[in-house]
Amino acid sequence: MMQKYVSQIHRCFRCGYCKFPTDYSSFNCPSYRRFRFDSYSTGGRLWLIYAWLKGEIEWSEHFAEILYACTTCKNCTEQCPMKFAPDIVDWIVGARSDMVEKGKIPPRVARFFEAVYSYGNPFKQLRSDRAAWANGTKKYKAGDEYLLYVGCLGSYDENGQKMARSLVDILNASGVSFGILGEEEECCGNEIYMLGETGLFQNLVEKNNQKFKELGVSKVITLCPHSYNIMKNVYPVSGGNFEVYHYTQILNDFVKNNKIKPSQLKAKVTYHDPCFLGRYNNIYDEPRQILQSIPGIDLVEMARNRKDAFCCGGGSGNFVTDLLAGSADSPARIRVREAYDTGADTLAVTCPSCLTMLTDAVKAENLDGRLAVKDISQILRELLSVG
Amino acid sequence: MAITSTLYDSLVKIVGKDFVSDRKEERYFYARDGGLMPPHEPDFVVMPETTEEVQEIVKLANKEKMPLVPKGSGLALTGLVIPQRGGIVLDMKRMDRILEVNEKARYVVVEAGVTHGVLKSYLQKHHPRLRHSIPDAPPIATIVANAVIHGQGRLSQQHGFNSDMVSGLEVILPTGELCRIGSCSVSSYWFSKGAPLPDLSGLFLGWFGTTGIITKLGLKLYPCKKMRDVMVFLTDKSELIPDIMLKLSHTEMIEDVVVSAQPLPLRFRGTFWVTPYITGDSDEEMEFKRKMVWDSIWEHFENRDVGFLSLSPDMKAPLMSMPSKDTCRFADVSKGGGFQYAGPITPIEKFPAFIKKLEEVAAKYNVFYSSATRLIGAGHCMMFSFSFSFSRANADEMVRAKEALDECSKFALEEGGVLWKADIYEQKLLMDRMDPNTLALMKKIKQLLDPNGIMNPGNWEVK
Repeated sequence: MMQKYVSQIHRCFRCGYCKFPTDYSSFNCPSYRRFRFDSYSTGGRLWLIYAWLKGEIEWSEHFAEILYACTTCKNCTEQCPMKFAPDIVDWIVGARSDMVEKGKIPPRVARFFEAVYSYGNPFKQLRSDRAAWANGTKKYKAGDEYLLYVGCLGSYDENGQKMARSLVDILNASGVSFGILGEEEECCGNEIYMLGETGLFQNLVEKNNQKFKELGVSKVITLCPHSYNIMKNVYPVSGGNFEVYHYTQILNDFVKNNKIKPSQLKAKVTYHDPCFLGRYNNIYDEPRQILQSIPGIDLVEMARNRKDAFCCGGGSGNFVTDLLAGSADSPARIRVREAYDTGADTLAVTCPSCLTMLTDAVKAENLDGRLAVKDISQILRELLSVG
Repeated sequence: MAITSTLYDSLVKIVGKDFVSDRKEERYFYARDGGLMPPHEPDFVVMPETTEEVQEIVKLANKEKMPLVPKGSGLALTGLVIPQRGGIVLDMKRMDRILEVNEKARYVVVEAGVTHGVLKSYLQKHHPRLRHSIPDAPPIATIVANAVIHGQGRLSQQHGFNSDMVSGLEVILPTGELCRIGSCSVSSYWFSKGAPLPDLSGLFLGWFGTTGIITKLGLKLYPCKKMRDVMVFLTDKSELIPDIMLKLSHTEMIEDVVVSAQPLPLRFRGTFWVTPYITGDSDEEMEFKRKMVWDSIWEHFENRDVGFLSLSPDMKAPLMSMPSKDTCRFADVSKGGGFQYAGPITPIEKFPAFIKKLEEVAAKYNVFYSSATRLIGAGHCMMFSFSFSFSRANADEMVRAKEALDECSKFALEEGGVLWKADIYEQKLLMDRMDPNTLALMKKIKQLLDPNGIMNPGNWEVK
């Protein structure tokens, strides 16, 4: 799959549809919107990769940054008019994989890999601290219905930890049997896959599949859409044999079946679709249905929503490598301005990466106190009377 | 090297470090377009945000005698923004503000980087009773670049070339002066690019950026009706097409009419698809227009020369979309990422000869072809596209496609056509045929406006 791009990548016509959302209202490619040189659009990237393959340009750090500034948000795949559109992200991942093999990657990406190699997470946090957030949450044991897979952001990132604790409280309140892996949990590898480190990714996927098999895991709930995506779409290729759910799918069932009953919340809320939940896996309705089940909530949409949602800029490891930061044109800052313009007081998310990116952007935009960024698990947790 | 380094610093001072590049990657990408013209790298790619920044850059380039090429999205495909002599490519797309919509005088004023896609979306949202003439180019095509090349669009049958719809210009002259053209030169309104004044817009439209840089443009808007529909009539008789186009335009009821021809998929082979579009504000208006269209070409139905194609929703959707993504899809017919077309502007009576030539040339050079002919004005002329696709991974096919295009362009000239958005070689063909006094006038204008020859050198270069 990774090498398929070599014989196909010349097919891009650089027509530029990839830069837009469906209604052409603005630019929807995060890296193009951030930098504005055509070289940072999908078309630019594909033409440069082809030039590199033909020997017309040499590798450079700038070229590598152009390639790694892509968040693999899949807006281009949605908008490209050509038959090869579904393959575009694979082509970019394939080119990154070649760069990794040649040892020519941006230093920030190299540090990301080194951290996952050495610590099992991109934050260089100790493995022994992986369950520090868990506050006594019980470990998965045979017979539990679900394994709650928390992921690196849920384990180590302050915002992600809050999400994880909220979700655990809700799951406990619902009465389902579940457990976590705690210190035994490994990185899911979604970012490693998207960044093109195929060897490390294969190692992670095999470890996780093996662990799940040993424990008899048949159903996994993920906190993070990135984990959901890789476990649902790529793990099965390497022998993964379990059902996987993003937590919003589970909570939506709870709400529909009256397993949980949120109390009233007077709030105007807008919802940001994470790329790995929306464009990658077509999960648009469940998060909205959860929000709509909360009495008193006024749910408003941003102009760019669902498959046209504007990426927060965190995908493909950019929540750590931060190759799109440093400007008022950084995608997360644009996105919180868009959310604020709806008149919402709360920007709801369903992804720890989006939560962190957008929370930081609210500070950068001086919107503190005017726009709160909250994960749906946090919103719901605050409305349930649980212990 | 020292001079280049100084220039880089000066450009950074004007637009900021983030918006100047002398790096290989940007120079590579901006050295070429999606067509078949040979690349040539700029020394710098610069992205100004304001008129003042453009003015400063022009003054700097003029002082240093540095070539300067203003660029929209480079979708002409004929290399018009390839910097033939290096220098600075100005990517204008950061100048992306829609400055004014005057609903009552039906015009919009935009900065030079505003795209057709963004304007379409903006009007739909904020001024749903107004529209502009959307070309079939991708939505990233800029309004200004399209006007500068005399593009056509969905309203060209009614209102002429998209450049005819310009209602004012703000231009930075090659020597750095800011100049307003049209009513906006004496008034705060942008309703006319010329009349009743001397029409100076002709000093810039059609010149491919060789006489100045347009920084703002007024564009006429037109009523946007609530309903829109398309019909498809089929015929295998190319000789009937001019008569059909004339009769359709005689109704003064159609928004647009395009005639398509291509050998694949097979349902197209041997037939010409005539697609008139109608618009209306009520069912009654639509029905009346539909009837007028049918009545206008009824004799051809009676003679069984023309048939009607009933469209399924799947077939209708791409025909109705603006712009049509199908235009770009032709680039992947050879699974290769490229197509280019020669699009001569020519009398509509030439359709049968042109279509015959297209088929002959495609067979001779063994290249895929398609053609989409758009009526411009009330039968005053048409744009006939000789389109050939190619694979960028197949050097031989690229050569064949270019030779096919060159042969078609020469043929079109011999038949009395005028080449549209002519590449630098085609420009020479045109100038070789041009009235000598006209040519001399062009030379005088160019020398007067651009004494140092910095603006997009290589284009419209009168020897």
